[in-house]
Amino acid sequence: MRSYSKIIVFFLSLWPIYLITYQIVFNQLGPEPVDRIINHFGEWTLIFILLTLSMTPLKKITKSIEWIKFRRMLGLFTFFYASVHMLSYVGLDYRFDFEPLINDVLKKKFIFIGFSAWLLLIPLAVTSSEKMVRLLKKNWKKIHRLIYIIGIFGVLHYIWLSKTIFFKPLIFLILLIILLLFRIKITKSVSKI
Amino acid sequence: MIKFKNSEITPESIYKKRRSFIKSIGLGASSLAMSTMPFVNKSFASERDKLTSYKDITTYNNYYEFGTSKSDPHKNSQIFKTTPWEISIEGEVEKPIKLSMEEISEMFVSEERIYRLRCVEGWSMVIPWMGFSLSELLLKVNPTNKAKFVEFESVYDPEQMKGQRYPVLNWPYKEGLRIDEAMHPLTTVVTGLYGKKLPNQNGAPLRIFIPWKYGFKSAKAIVKIKFVEKMPTSSWMWASPREYGFYSNVNPNVDHPRWSQATERIIGEGVWAPRVKTLMFNGYGDEVASLYSGMDLKKNY
Repeated sequence: MRSYSKIIVFFLSLWPIYLITYQIVFNQLGPEPVDRIINHFGEWTLIFILLTLSMTPLKKITKSIEWIKFRRMLGLFTFFYASVHMLSYVGLDYRFDFEPLINDVLKKKFIFIGFSAWLLLIPLAVTSSEKMVRLLKKNWKKIHRLIYIIGIFGVLHYIWLSKTIFFKPLIFLILLIILLLFRIKITKSVSKI
Repeated sequence: MIKFKNSEITPESIYKKRRSFIKSIGLGASSLAMSTMPFVNKSFASERDKLTSYKDITTYNNYYEFGTSKSDPHKNSQIFKTTPWEISIEGEVEKPIKLSMEEISEMFVSEERIYRLRCVEGWSMVIPWMGFSLSELLLKVNPTNKAKFVEFESVYDPEQMKGQRYPVLNWPYKEGLRIDEAMHPLTTVVTGLYGKKLPNQNGAPLRIFIPWKYGFKSAKAIVKIKFVEKMPTSSWMWASPREYGFYSNVNPNVDHPRWSQATERIIGEGVWAPRVKTLMFNGYGDEVASLYSGMDLKKNY
C-alpha cells in the first residue's frame, strides 16, 4: 500500500513532461516555442515548490503522517524541473553562449535571484537521501529550511520577470505566503510545548 | 500604392503567392516592384524580413485591455464592437475635429507598409500593415505653436474589455510622441494588415505604428489624439518609470532592467532558430536617427 501510493505520485509528478511532449509532438507550442518551453518548466517548478511546502500543513490539518513520505519526492521533482527550466534557458535560448549569459545573471536581478534559487536547491537535493538525514541529524532540518528562501526567491523571480504582477505571479505569491504562515504558527505552537 | 476597401480583401494564400511571384522574378525586378512602396526594407533576401504568418500576427499579442496572456487578445476581443467609432483630435490646435472611421477611410488612402515590429520583451515580427502617415491626419488641425507633443489615448470600455476591470495599467492606455516623431512619414495610422481589415486583437479599428520604437509605444484602438505642451506620461511610464522611458527607441545598447535588448527571437522561426542581433532603431536608423542627433539615448531611453 505504501509503495503503491508513492508510485502514483511519481507518475502524476511527470505530468509536465507528458504535457510538453504532447505540445511538441502536435506542434502546439505556439509562435514562440522556446519561450513556451522555458516558461512551462519555470511555472511547474514553482508549483512543485508549493506542493512540497504543502505536505507539512496537510499533515497538521489531516493529522495524518502519510503526507510526509511524498515530500522528498516532490522536492526532488522541484529540483528536476528547476534544472530543466534553467537548461532550456541556457541551451535552447542562449545556445550555451556564456558571455551574454553571465552578463544576464549579473545584471538582471530576476535571473540573478532565479539562478541563486537553483544553486540553493543543490545542497537540498544532495542531502535528500535517508542516509544523509541520519548522517546530518539536527543539521539536516536546518539545511532543509532553505526551501523557504528558495520559495521566496522563486516567486520573486516570477514577479520580477513579469511586466505586471497580475495575475499568475500574484496567485503564486499569495499561496506562498499562506504556506509560509503555516510555519510560523507551527513553530510557535511547538515552542509553547 | 494600393487603394484598400473592405470589399477588396485578399486571401492570405493569394497574397503569399503574389509575394513569392514578386520574389521569383529576381532581385532586380522585385526591388523595382518594392520601390513603388515607400520605406520597404531594401535587403529583401534576408531571413529577418520574411513576413510573419497571419496566424502568428493575430494570435500572439500584447494587448492588456483584453488580458495579460499573449493568447488572450485573440480569445477575448472577437465580440468587441468597433462601429460606430470616432476619433477626436484636440488640444493645442486651431481647429479641433472629430472624425468617424468612415470619414477617415474616405479622406485617406491606406497603402501597404511592411514594417518590423520589435517587442520590448525581445521578440520580433515582420508585418504587412495597411495604413497612411499620421502626418496626413495631423495636418488637418493646424497645431498652435504651443504644441510640442502628441498624446494618444486608447478606448476605455471595461464592459467590453475585461482586462480594464483590473488595475493592471493606468487605464485608459496612453502613449505619446514628440511632435517631430509624430510627423515623421514612418509613423503610421494603421487600418489593416495582410490586405484585410485590422483584426480587433491588433488594435481595430485604428492604431498607431511606430516602427523604430518598441511595440508598446504603438497604441491600439485610438479614440483621442491630443496636442500638448508638456511631455505626456504614458501608461507604462506611469507603471514603472525606471523601466519605460518616453522615447523607448529600439536600442541594442541600452538594456531594459529585465531583458537584454542586444538580441531578439523572430516569431515563427521555430525551436531551433537562434536569436538574431537587434538593430539600432530597429533598422530604421537611416530614416530616423537625425531626430535624435545630440541626444544621450542612454539617458533618454
